[in-house]
Amino acid sequence: MSNWFNEKILLGMNCREYISKHATLLNFMALIILCFSFYAMAYRLIYGLGPATNLSDTYPWGFWISFDILAGIALAAPGLTVGTVVYLFGAKDYKHFARPAILSSLLGYIFAVFALMFDLGRYYRVFYVIGWSWGLNSILFLIAWHFFLYIIICLIEWFPAFFEWLGIEKAKNFFSKLGIWATVFGVIIAGGHQSALGGLFLVAPTKIHPLWYSALLPLFFLVSALFAGISMVIIESTISHKVFRDQLKTFDRADFDNKTLGLAKALVIILFVYLILKVLDLTHYNNWHYLKSEYGYWYLLEVVGFVLAPALVLINSVKNKKVKLVRFTTFWVVTGVILNRFNVSLIAYNWYIPLQEKYYPTWMEIALSLGVVTLIVLFYRFIVRRMSILS
Amino acid sequence: MNRREFFKRSLTIAGSLLIARNSNASDQPLSVYSTQNKANKKNWEKFEELKKTNSQIDESYAVLVDITKCIGCRRCEWACNEWNKNPNRPVKEFEASKDEKPSVFDRVRRTHAGEFTVVNRFHSKNKPVYVKKQCMHCAEAACLNACFVDAFKKTPQGAVLYNPSLCVGCRYCMIACPFDIPAYEYYNALTPQITKCTMCFDRVTDGKVPACVESCTSDALIFGKRSEMLKLAYNTINKNPERYINHVYGEHEAGGTNWLYISQIPFEKLGFPELDKTPIPAHSKSFLFTVKVLEVVAAAPLVWGAYYMISKNRSKKEGKKDE
Ligand code: SF4
Ligand code: SF4
Repeated sequence: MSNWFNEKILLGMNCREYISKHATLLNFMALIILCFSFYAMAYRLIYGLGPATNLSDTYPWGFWISFDILAGIALAAPGLTVGTVVYLFGAKDYKHFARPAILSSLLGYIFAVFALMFDLGRYYRVFYVIGWSWGLNSILFLIAWHFFLYIIICLIEWFPAFFEWLGIEKAKNFFSKLGIWATVFGVIIAGGHQSALGGLFLVAPTKIHPLWYSALLPLFFLVSALFAGISMVIIESTISHKVFRDQLKTFDRADFDNKTLGLAKALVIILFVYLILKVLDLTHYNNWHYLKSEYGYWYLLEVVGFVLAPALVLINSVKNKKVKLVRFTTFWVVTGVILNRFNVSLIAYNWYIPLQEKYYPTWMEIALSLGVVTLIVLFYRFIVRRMSILS
Repeated sequence: MNRREFFKRSLTIAGSLLIARNSNASDQPLSVYSTQNKANKKNWEKFEELKKTNSQIDESYAVLVDITKCIGCRRCEWACNEWNKNPNRPVKEFEASKDEKPSVFDRVRRTHAGEFTVVNRFHSKNKPVYVKKQCMHCAEAACLNACFVDAFKKTPQGAVLYNPSLCVGCRYCMIACPFDIPAYEYYNALTPQITKCTMCFDRVTDGKVPACVESCTSDALIFGKRSEMLKLAYNTINKNPERYINHVYGEHEAGGTNWLYISQIPFEKLGFPELDKTPIPAHSKSFLFTVKVLEVVAAAPLVWGAYYMISKNRSKKEGKKDE
């Protein structure tokens, strides 16, 4: 048993070796973040949402929903984008982007739900929505079910790597065969709930600033999740190819750069689809006059500064084959998506309220979320080192 | 709060988790501390009980608020607290707030966990205008539609009731309500609930009028069948067209509500949201429908595509074996 443990979990080292090898500055920082985060979690569980957060009756949803759920799930879309491209459209060239993409989706969703537990007043009742009481007309109901199903789907997609690691051939083959079906349903389900996250705010037509409120909110969320997903694939592959270089036996730099440029092309197209939709939306609601206000400038910053500008830079860098610039720009795009989620759910929400009465998070809300991000990174690293995800 | 204090406090409350309260939030209104109000639960139980007897109600009730008559005595707030066992103060203190400086009227308030209704003061041509605020008991309630575990019900009597034994505490109902009514017990760590006005369902089904209506001495609140209240509203307006604007708020707003208001100045100046006839749930209905259609219709070709891919792979593999 202990042999198995050393071999599989500790990468063939014994406990002492393992710990000393991991006593790095980065790990130490991760540990500190986790301490603050766990403190915040405990505090929230013991004292309740009131003392731990700045939530109020006016702002029932705060940082956790905006960051962990809305932004987090959009960034966890790689599984959706790459899964589709590779398994459904048969783009085999991109195959080795698939496993890491699915893993990050899996972790992204599991930890989003984990973080959500702290936001729910009665977290221990969350299973009510699955098997006890159905609010069939609620968009939140749709999301809850889709999350539930999507996590199962990601698990199925990840199991081949998992059972390979455990050395259980039979289970591995079984899940490999299921994989394609899981992807098919995964695309449907992921598309459904990415848009449903935007749909959540359809019920607040009087509360969200007209520049952000639109019947197209679900479509905006879906399309921006697509470009967030592709950007995340580029970001992740960049980082993991740097960090886990030793695991890649056959790494072809030129080929990798080419694939990245290929993804960047797709990214540009989707960014422009989004921009066109945005302009149509402005025209349809005849909202142009709002642009000349403080909220209008903020809106322009989001759309021009974080969608149009990176799109133009991407066109240029694809043309000139500047892969580094592509990689940088994807960070820019992802920041834009996060900004958008905050805008819809917090900044444009209750926009008529004076600035000093608006919500801002407590340090505990931020610490808890940072800790969750850290956990995702740690788990990702843990799994990538042990299972054949990258190769 | 530092860590040591945190541990100390954790120990002191170890035995009494349920009543954990925090001291550094003293600027919050007293009512947010109120936990475990029983009013919503009690009304829900009564509703469940009455369902069994299957009594027929042909028409829902409504309260008509005549804003011009309200004198801002806040007795309705007092009566509501009293009946629903919310934290309360002597009625004199409520009545006094009109002339006090500073006064609760200095800022516009909303409902909170221990305050199901509040009266706010606005000004029109330097004259004060008092407006009572509580759940509007919408015909097609946004809160009801938003709840993902179906914890709200619209009763035939008109009241929208909340069931605390299903609620998961997601607070989506608060996002959805256009009138900012549902409030949440943020200071309860284990069993928080949503609270809101119940239209005194328990009193109404016993043949009484809501507590606030009973306590109003200036005829600003009148309770009766909804159609009769509408008729009364228009009669009042038509008799005194120079005193009222020709608008009954709640007749059509968001699909109609079981509280109706008439006023001398436009409602948007009194903190009422500008809503058209579209019920709030209608905004999400078409999206839900689209998702269902897409997922069912798009599923078929995708599944077929997958099948096709698999069989292609398989035939390739078999081809290899043959070589
Ligand atoms: S006013 Fe708000 S809480 Fe009351 S029934 Fe309507 S939507 Fe629900
Ligand atoms: S907070 Fe409770 S009542 Fe409100 S939507 Fe969520 S589960 Fe339903």
